[in-house]
Amino acid sequence: MADHIVSAFTDELDKIAADLMRMGGIVETMILDSCQAVDRNDHDLAKDVISRDPSVDRLEEEVERQIVSLIARRQPMAHDLRSVFAALKTAGELERIGDLSKNIGKRALMLDDAVSANMRHGVARMARPVSLQLHAVLDAYATSNADTAKTVWESDDDIDQHYNSLFREMITYMIEDPRTIGAGAHMLFMAKNLERIGDHCTNIAEFIYFQITGEYLMPHERPKAPNTGV
Amino acid sequence: MDTTAQTDYNPALTGDGADKAQALVYPRIDCKDVSVFYSGKQAVFDVSLPVYDRSVTALIGPSGCGKSTFLRCLNRMNDTIDGAKVTGEIFMDGENINSPEVDPVLLRSRVGMVFQKPNPFPKSIYDNIAYGPRIHGLVEDRQELDAIVEKSLRRAGLWQEVKDRLAQPGTSLSGGQQQRLCIARAIAVRPEVILMDEPCSSLDPIATARIEELIDELRKRYCIVIVTHSMQQAARVSQRTAFFHLGHLVEMGDTDQIFTSPRERRTEDYITGRFG
Repeated sequence: MADHIVSAFTDELDKIAADLMRMGGIVETMILDSCQAVDRNDHDLAKDVISRDPSVDRLEEEVERQIVSLIARRQPMAHDLRSVFAALKTAGELERIGDLSKNIGKRALMLDDAVSANMRHGVARMARPVSLQLHAVLDAYATSNADTAKTVWESDDDIDQHYNSLFREMITYMIEDPRTIGAGAHMLFMAKNLERIGDHCTNIAEFIYFQITGEYLMPHERPKAPNTGV
Repeated sequence: MDTTAQTDYNPALTGDGADKAQALVYPRIDCKDVSVFYSGKQAVFDVSLPVYDRSVTALIGPSGCGKSTFLRCLNRMNDTIDGAKVTGEIFMDGENINSPEVDPVLLRSRVGMVFQKPNPFPKSIYDNIAYGPRIHGLVEDRQELDAIVEKSLRRAGLWQEVKDRLAQPGTSLSGGQQQRLCIARAIAVRPEVILMDEPCSSLDPIATARIEELIDELRKRYCIVIVTHSMQQAARVSQRTAFFHLGHLVEMGDTDQIFTSPRERRTEDYITGRFG
């Protein structure tokens, strides 16, 4: 798209997009690192993930501040309006993803050293597709690719299936050995956090699709995994 | 160009939960292939555009895009310009306004106009309003005329400010008041359509807000077409927006759609400030 006649307008939109990508990059590594901390029982890494969350919060505030100022001074229209709307909503989703990853890090610190490697692997396995979802949706944002955004939106089903399978796995461990119930409960919350992160990626995909096309993706048209009641 | 979308209903009448079928109306003015030439040079190219009753249609576009020229076709103001020629058809309530049987003076009483610069007559406030009804023979006595003057000034939101000084010259009012006086003068002859050619461009933001509030009030009774350079104003006051460029109608649609998701690249570039 051509630049604005007022070049500062283009610069300001670019700055918002760059800050959002920075936020996205930070939370993407937070997802992977928090689950790796669980997998390897690495408390230093877990603490490091927790310490990154305030920078995500600050970036969200910074993006919001820039958007409020841009709306007040430039009254964006059409694609510009959709961009700032999508950026504002996406910043909120990324901040939530940061919180959920931080929560996984906190739970990693609470896990007993005796928790088996098998239980730990389960969460790490689910982290990979979730972080890939986020990576793909950020890629769609960076390249303004509506098709990629729609693909992410449609594939949330895979994450839900991962969640359902991990849920059953943890229940099995806990039934087999009631001493794992404490750790199992933490694992279930972590799995739920990852599943929620998948939902946030879906939301971001909707905003990005709207930004690019001006059309809404309708949630009721999205393929859904069978409801397992969890 | 897409004029087919929703040409058969009036978006102003479709509120929350309103049955669209209830709002089915025909355009108040229906323009078909309207072209305008000034001394042989074409300024407007084959514009087809429906204008709905009880709603505001905004015409936007860069300077020289033909939007004011097109507006002036709707009450045959181009007749007054030497060398101007209008082709195509403009139907108002089913009648072609360009046919020889139509008296342009009577037409202009049905299609009132408000201009960029307020232009009150060099007469009293009262006479500014009373002039039209008098020459068109709309009143029988002074009492009836008083009533029209008061009603018109009330509808224009000016009555409270001028009711104690009706004998003072219209030119003694502020710019914003003068513009509202001109709107009162336009509605005094009971028009059906009001054309506004950049009515706020010489007013400050407060006077502009008053005019916009007035436009919103007037659209309950009239069909309004407004030419404006301010995209924000078009977005604020209109229900339908038409974008003109180089004499062509590029796109028209519901105002919400035009300003959030225009279909045409040229519209997008113009309203986002990428060319002009």
